[in-house]
Amino acid sequence: MAETNIDVRGQTCPVPLVECRKALKKAAPGDEVVIVGTHPASRKEIPMACEAMGLEILGVEEKDNEWKIRIKC
Amino acid sequence: MAEKAVIIVHSGDIDKIYSAMIIANGALSMGMDASLFFTFWGLERLKKNGLDKGPLSKMNFLGLGKWMIKSRMKKANVVSLERMMTDFKELGGKIIACEMTMEIMGIVPEQLNREWIDEYGAVGTYIMEAKDAKITLFI
Repeated sequence: MAETNIDVRGQTCPVPLVECRKALKKAAPGDEVVIVGTHPASRKEIPMACEAMGLEILGVEEKDNEWKIRIKC
Repeated sequence: MAEKAVIIVHSGDIDKIYSAMIIANGALSMGMDASLFFTFWGLERLKKNGLDKGPLSKMNFLGLGKWMIKSRMKKANVVSLERMMTDFKELGGKIIACEMTMEIMGIVPEQLNREWIDEYGAVGTYIMEAKDAKITLFI
């Protein structure tokens, strides 16, 4: 089971969503994708995308302006 | 079968190309399929080195407005259209070029970025593409 880390801090729409999708596409079932970023809308929209694709969110952490989302493929 | 977004890209204006590419990449990112049908002024943007060559739809001021918007976009860290197109193709997005526009404008396939284009077609191709789509837009 592999873990992929993506850093999209400082990136704006639509890059966080796109980079997340690119990583999810490459990941195998059971893998985890961890994405960190600062774009406020993506903090809400990445979980929305995961829900639409039937993927599980393992956790969301927030500190200052930064968020970290852990996704299970 | 995944849900689909189909966008007619009629305008070649840079701000509208940005809108089309952002929406299309957003759809792909949310797990949908996405197709872009480039026609009329939009087709000009598929020409080699043409993707970001369109004017601003409003307040272009002979290119000054476009230059201002581009510098503001750079400051806001908005990625280039070229990068968005690369992402679009990587995520499986489909590009259709309008054959009638090519005929009217005298555009031959050699002038276009053929590696982006999945299909050349007319209205029938668009209808078949769009009839089951959840989202259809004309930009």
